[in-house]
Amino acid sequence: MGQAVALFVTCLVDALFPATGIATVRLLEHLGVPVTFPAAQTCCGQPGYNSGYRRAARPVAEHFLDTFRDAPVIVSPSGSCVAMIRHEYPRLFADDPDRHAQALAIAARTWELTEYLVDGLGVIDLGLRLPEPHTFAVHDACHGLRLLGLGRQARALLDALENARVVPLEDSDECCGFGGLFSVKMPDLSAAMLHKKIERIRASQAATIVTGDVSCMMHINGGLARRGLAPRVRHIAEVLADGLPERTTHAQPGR
Amino acid sequence: MRSQAAKFVAAARRALADPPLQDAVKRATDTAARKRDLAMFAHGRDHGEALRQQAAAARRRALSRLPELLEQAEAHLTANGATVLWAADAAEVCAHVLDIAARHHVRRVTKSKSMVSEEVGLNDALAEAGIEVLETDLGEYIIQLAGEPPSHIVTPVIHKSKEAIRDLFVQRLGMPPTDDAPTMARFARGHLRAAFLSSDMGISGGNFIIAETGTLCLVTNEGNGRMVTALPRVHVALVGIEKVVATLEEYVLLTQVLPRSATGQAMAVYTHMINGPRRAGEPDGPEALYVVLVDNGRSAIYGTSYAEVLGCIRCGACINACPIYEATGGHAYGWVYPGPIGAVLTPLLTDLKDASALPHASSLCGKCKEVCPVDIDLPRMLLDLRYDLVEAGHMPWLWDAGMRAWSTATRSPRLFHSAARAAQIGQGLLPQGRKVPLGPLGGWSASRELPRFARQSFRAWWAARNQEEDRHDQS
Repeated sequence: MGQAVALFVTCLVDALFPATGIATVRLLEHLGVPVTFPAAQTCCGQPGYNSGYRRAARPVAEHFLDTFRDAPVIVSPSGSCVAMIRHEYPRLFADDPDRHAQALAIAARTWELTEYLVDGLGVIDLGLRLPEPHTFAVHDACHGLRLLGLGRQARALLDALENARVVPLEDSDECCGFGGLFSVKMPDLSAAMLHKKIERIRASQAATIVTGDVSCMMHINGGLARRGLAPRVRHIAEVLADGLPERTTHAQPGR
Repeated sequence: MRSQAAKFVAAARRALADPPLQDAVKRATDTAARKRDLAMFAHGRDHGEALRQQAAAARRRALSRLPELLEQAEAHLTANGATVLWAADAAEVCAHVLDIAARHHVRRVTKSKSMVSEEVGLNDALAEAGIEVLETDLGEYIIQLAGEPPSHIVTPVIHKSKEAIRDLFVQRLGMPPTDDAPTMARFARGHLRAAFLSSDMGISGGNFIIAETGTLCLVTNEGNGRMVTALPRVHVALVGIEKVVATLEEYVLLTQVLPRSATGQAMAVYTHMINGPRRAGEPDGPEALYVVLVDNGRSAIYGTSYAEVLGCIRCGACINACPIYEATGGHAYGWVYPGPIGAVLTPLLTDLKDASALPHASSLCGKCKEVCPVDIDLPRMLLDLRYDLVEAGHMPWLWDAGMRAWSTATRSPRLFHSAARAAQIGQGLLPQGRKVPLGPLGGWSASRELPRFARQSFRAWWAARNQEEDRHDQS
């Protein structure tokens, strides 16, 4: 089944959270989708772009365009990076007709993972079964929610995951306060938002909070850890991959 | 009003350490945001969203013809008997108002809420000229008593608890102690009623001006707007030049989204449509009506990529939805307009460098755009302002240097992955379970554990897996 997919794993997943990337590969391969990994890939350019450093972000975005130039379909386990590619690249290259055309073409071929599964491949039931019953709630990552219109895809995939029960998370659409370098520039304000998110998570019945961006996961789990609490946020790819039949064939990477 | 936006970071930190402020702002914005959602989506999400898009289109249409509509509005206002005055900046607004006051021998002024008057520091100018000014919007009345600026454009006293207001009334007005809000409001109302009756001039803002009819429109909830515009001999309305709409139909559309977005009401309690001063044979209304059309930085925005922000109808929905505002309250923003709209307007209407922290006071979560009744892309403008700050050289050199290094490393796969490897090895030097004492990660790690670089990166896993598969294939 399916056309080959070029994985844009994102810089955070590559260096900090490889398990999310591995889960993404296993899910796609489970559906018979061949996965390639263009090895020259680095970052989408968001840290520079979102801080106002467009001149610095531009060559990074150009590098992305060149790296994925020939990929017919690009899939990434990050709503935020896909939003950067889809919405900001065309703006970044507004003054360069060639790059702009290239950016629009790439934008049309780039998918966030859950979006690709549900809307691209048209699959909701991946035939997955968790070894044991487990309760989940979804935290909607801002850029996926508001720039890509994500949310229903992850919920549908979880609903179809056997042994998974989805319960509500109050204010699930409210930001966790990460905001990339915002959390470094204004750490106190970011922490106030994080605090509210953690209170909501503690009040939730869910054992695990599922999200589509490892950046929120990193931020919230970092806050939980600093409070002496166990990490509770996981990326949707990892949660779904837990339901794959052959769990033992791929070793988890060392941390 | 002099901007204190340069002190945003310190002011925000103070606000975070002020539990009564946190409680008051959180409670008020949560309620307002919930009521807004209920009102906007009372007939379903699709209907609310369609209304929002129609209102947005109406504002864009009006802005695209702004110069022409302003001339039309001036002609029709004048034909209705109003005097139209143009003011380029704050000084000119104050000069016009003082001039009108002198001409009509005005000693006492009552005001209904006007953010433009806050922009131009009108109350101070009137006081200096020996004219008594009384704010009559209950919230504005309270903060005038307290000697504070408003902290929200719709609910200016959002930062104060009922108890704080009680104490203020007891101390300043001699109110018999009570915790009953209606009793407190009745007490204030008694004071205000006397002021209305002895006022020589009323000053109001204006929510819209309808160009085709020359109508000044105001929406209010307390009735003070009607008193201020109808009882005194003279009425002066201060209206930003962006507030013009073309037709009655467009006005009707906007009056549907404004109260729903501001206070969760399908309609404001009072909707005023003022078509000139008292005419011969009419029993009430002012002898003279002046409409001051205020630029004060707006025409400099018109024609730039920020022009869309002039579509703002000052409902405050973005403020109520903003998690940053919830954490800081309004005073931290340092000028008239707080929250996301303030983070865009303050740098544009005052000084970019001075307000340089405001465009960065956002996680870019996008909620402000989502709730905006006229769909202004505030996150996009925050990004553009950040770009302007970089290009104007207003960023700290450390950021400039860091971003240059990031850019160089990130466009080269080899450098990028070596840097990640170095970070993986170097992270052993960072403390775990506590704050990093120095450097840019200090603030971050104060309340979050730092993430750890993985021993085996994804690309290393991928390479190893492919090697293994190659070996399988060969054997």
